[in-house]
Amino acid sequence: MTPFLQVSGVSKRFGGVQAVSGVSFELRRGMIKAVIGPNGAGKTTLFNMVSGFSSPDRGTVSFGGRPIHGLPPHQVARHGISRTFQNIRLFEHLTALENVMVGRHLRSRAGFLAGMLDLGWARREAAGVRERALETMAFLGIEALADAEATSLAYGQQRAVELARALASEPELLLLDEPAAGLNMRETRDLAGLITRIRDRGVTVLLVEHDMSLVMGICDEVLVLSYGEKIAEADPATVQKDPQVVKVYLGEDEC
Amino acid sequence: MTINRYGQVAIFLACAAGLQLAAAAAGKGFLLTQLTMSAYYTLVVVGMSLLMGYAGQISLGHAGFFAVGGYTSAVLTTLDLAPHRGSPLVAGAERLGLLLVRPDLYGGDLLVVRPVVACALAIALALVLAVLVGIPVLKLKGHYLAMATLGVGTIVYSVALGTQWLGAADGIAAVPPFPLPFGASVSGRPDGRIVNYYVAVGLLGAAMLLALNLVQARVGRALRAIHGAEDAAGAMGVDTARLKLGTFVLSAALAAVAGVFLTHFNGGIGPAEASVMRSVKYMAIVAVGGIGSLWGSLGMSVALTFLSLRGYFGVYDDVVFGAILVGIMLFAPQGLLALEPRRALAALRARLRRAGGQAG
Repeated sequence: MTPFLQVSGVSKRFGGVQAVSGVSFELRRGMIKAVIGPNGAGKTTLFNMVSGFSSPDRGTVSFGGRPIHGLPPHQVARHGISRTFQNIRLFEHLTALENVMVGRHLRSRAGFLAGMLDLGWARREAAGVRERALETMAFLGIEALADAEATSLAYGQQRAVELARALASEPELLLLDEPAAGLNMRETRDLAGLITRIRDRGVTVLLVEHDMSLVMGICDEVLVLSYGEKIAEADPATVQKDPQVVKVYLGEDEC
Repeated sequence: MTINRYGQVAIFLACAAGLQLAAAAAGKGFLLTQLTMSAYYTLVVVGMSLLMGYAGQISLGHAGFFAVGGYTSAVLTTLDLAPHRGSPLVAGAERLGLLLVRPDLYGGDLLVVRPVVACALAIALALVLAVLVGIPVLKLKGHYLAMATLGVGTIVYSVALGTQWLGAADGIAAVPPFPLPFGASVSGRPDGRIVNYYVAVGLLGAAMLLALNLVQARVGRALRAIHGAEDAAGAMGVDTARLKLGTFVLSAALAAVAGVFLTHFNGGIGPAEASVMRSVKYMAIVAVGGIGSLWGSLGMSVALTFLSLRGYFGVYDDVVFGAILVGIMLFAPQGLLALEPRRALAALRARLRRAGGQAG
């Protein structure tokens, strides 16, 4: 079976810092994979190279057999990849529902003319977009927040709205950048259940995470980065016992 | 209960009708001339309001697009093509019925382009110009559009001023009426004053409705999203450069339409219409009306342009609009209608105290 997402030997340098060097990994359809590593290990840089927010200096990224490295984010999104952000990036002045509706931008097509003329089909399309957005919010249990201004919500709720927005596009691959950041233990547990349910709907998930309880509980595979290089890639139980991982990740004192 | 956009436009049209009736009742029907002109200039402002409020871009060249529309229509409807009948282009256009023969002021005959065709070509030219400027510039982040359009505005102004067959400093006069159905026409004839007022107001109402529809629709939502968080909008598949370009081109087309109709209404156009100061005026009006507020921009535009055209600002016209821009940016960046008087006074007082403290 050909890999769903294939990252081959990607490198990225920022000035004097080699953020990511020669990292390769694969993702099979329907799995949950985590990228972990200490601060500055290059997790977010790797993530940005997959989502089009930065292009690799060397190496390739292909999705469903087609190269996507170097494409701008909006074109990467067109391939069926959706993402959330480490520091939540909701649209200001839009309601939570409108935020999620923007998530369906690629699943609708009314342009300038149809919008200006308020054509019947564009109206029906907009009603459909609204309905699907509400369904997605209901799936995440946040439909009650629909009419609230998104950026005025509580932190955890904002995370949920952002997740709904990413899901509304019905992605094939969902990229979550530290989804548990800022959540308490109960919220993190809920999130773990949610990610599993998202996977069960047929969405492949790649996440960057600090919270080990989340990673170890739900991931099929874990990729460990340290100083921009891959030092391990295996199932959670194996990775947890890997002496090199324990050394860089937990600190030598704890060995 | 909020009134939907169709209701809002209906109320606007009703107010415009009320204004006309009041002017007629007061025996001041001549005021309709300036109101008609304000309505056409406001068409430019509606486009600018979309561009500034929803695409987050500033143009300093909309007077240029207005002039491209006006001059193109003026040239095509006044230039006598009879001497060029031999050329295949003119002959072909005549066979297709794109040209017409009309008497000139001295009893002779002129072979000119039909006003409707001239109007279409004028708008097309403005669209092409906007696309050529917009495509490279709107790929960049930041306010490069303001600089590029400043260049365009300056070029259009210089060309209009320095070209003999565009009338140089005098501009083009004797532009014929623009025929409309039912024997009406866009022209400055006094007996058509009321009809022309309603034509201009109707056009403005229609443009406003299109703009209000657009900002509620998928494109408008995506544009507002770009405003809120551009990178996240990109991650959702929103093609930022494309939407900004579309908005810019749309606003340029509205400016060209205004230029065409006002030129036929006035019976001519001069280079002052293309001046950069005129573009700055449009921008100042959008700022005072409230960035992102289409109705605020429309109201301020009709009022300020009317006062300006009636000469209330005298020789200080440019000063007034400059002062408005500075004042708004300092004290009410959200526009005059969003102003809370008490807070604005407090801000003013604090500023004066600080200034006084520094002086002392």
